[in-house]
Parts: sequence; C-alpha cells; structure tokens
Amino acid sequence: MGLDQSFAGRSYPPSAPYQVGREKIREFARAIGATDAASHDPEAARALGHADVIAPPTFPIALSMADSAQIVGDPALGVDYSRVVHGDQKFVYTRPVVAGDELVCVSTIESINARVGNDFLTIRSEIGTSAGEPVVKVWTMYVVRGEEG
Amino acid sequence: MELPVQRYRVTRADLVRYAGASGDFNPIHWSESTAVKVGLPGVIAHGMFTMALVGRAVTTWAGRPDAVVEYGVRFTRPVEVPDTEEGTEIEVSAVAKDTDDPALVRLDLTATCLGVKVLAQAKAIIKRP
Repeated sequence: MGLDQSFAGRSYPPSAPYQVGREKIREFARAIGATDAASHDPEAARALGHADVIAPPTFPIALSMADSAQIVGDPALGVDYSRVVHGDQKFVYTRPVVAGDELVCVSTIESINARVGNDFLTIRSEIGTSAGEPVVKVWTMYVVRGEEG
Repeated sequence: MELPVQRYRVTRADLVRYAGASGDFNPIHWSESTAVKVGLPGVIAHGMFTMALVGRAVTTWAGRPDAVVEYGVRFTRPVEVPDTEEGTEIEVSAVAKDTDDPALVRLDLTATCLGVKVLAQAKAIIKRP
C-alpha cells in the first residue's frame, strides 16, 4: 500500500534548538578523516572569516536526519522504516555551520511520488539560527520499497 | 579539467566512529547478522559516510572547507565493508567545469568501490579557488 500523497507540502514542528559545539565539529571531522585546519583550529577558521571552527559540508545531516524522524515515524503517514533506503541527498549552503551556532531545523514533506511499486518521499529540512538567519537547506529522498520488492 | 584522484580506506572501525559522530546507529552499519537478515551481503557503510568522504575530496580540491555552495548525490550501490584490517577503499575523481557564474565551478563527481560506481548524479558547486 502506497503512502498518502496528500501529505506533500506538510510541515512539521521546528526542532528544539541545537547548540553546535566546537568538540562536536572536531569529533565529526575526525570521524570522516577531514583534516582541514578550519574544522579543528579556531584560529585557522578565523583566518577564513569565521567566528569559530566550521563543520564539514555533510555535518547538517546530524540535525536533519534526527528532525525528519518525526516524519518517517509519523504514524499517520505510516512509513515502514524497515523498507526505507536512502535514495538522494543534497545540501544547499548559505554559509557553513560554525561552532557556537544555535540551530533550529524545520522539516517539510516536499513530495511523495509512487513509481514501479515504490514510494519516493522527499523531505526538505531548512536549518537556520534561532535568530532566523538561514544556514543550509537539506533535501533527503527516501525510497520506501513496496511490499513485493 | 580532471582533478587528482583521492582514495579513502574504509574499515569497520571507521563505521563505528561515524555512527557515534553522526548519531546514525542503524545496525546494518555495524552488525553482520542484522545486515544479512535484511538481505545485504554484509555490513555496509552509511551512505552519508561515503558522501562525507566524497565531500572531503571536494574540500581538498576547493582548498578550503567553506567553499562548498551546493553538494548532492544519489546513492546507487551499497559499499560493503569486510571485517578485515584493510577494509575496503573508495576512489573519488572529478571533472571541473565552468558555470554561468564566473565565481563558481561545478565538479562532476565519480565515486567507485572495487571499480563499481556507488553514486550517481554526484556534483558539487564550489567557489572558484
């Protein structure tokens, strides 16, 4: 049974504010092996014009994925998580995430399409500071495999 | 213009470290029995870990981690990571192309594991170094 396409366009409540810590950025950078000085050394980040260390480009997934759990887990939408595969991922940056940011994520179901027995669920997560400054937009497309697949 | 190829080794320990750093604890990325139960050949890397490694290549080529304006991929094949010391390897290559905006460069990205492409439609827009 396919997902209810009338959920497209629905926005979910904003996430709780997320405090971006310097050590979290360093931990994430170490985990992916990123040695860019600006992700480890505040002085190097300041030399590039940032207030503190900056996160690697895919860091915002940690916020957007946690926030989109309320969509994937919405009982009214009824996604079977055991059939979910990560299809596409895209980030469009206004600026990098910087240690010291307080970020809020708002997720919206951008589209739901059914093709050859699978559902394609695209979530747009808009991440900005709690003061309202936009930082990064994150698109995540999940493939929800059909019962036969 | 083709950019110098970047190679990244991926072991089970890397997946565990990435799980902790990213908060994605899906057991198919660390538990062989769970991976096999859902029909995978074995433990696979997080798609987002592969994307992060390709992102490393992008910031290496760009010369600075804040130069990325846009970055997107499609996950087409899982990266199987054997329980060995050497694990597996992801190879990343790119072709740089001009865009309509002279300040921006488009990178058409290719990521392969054991010679097989694991991403499609992978591209980044970066500020011209």
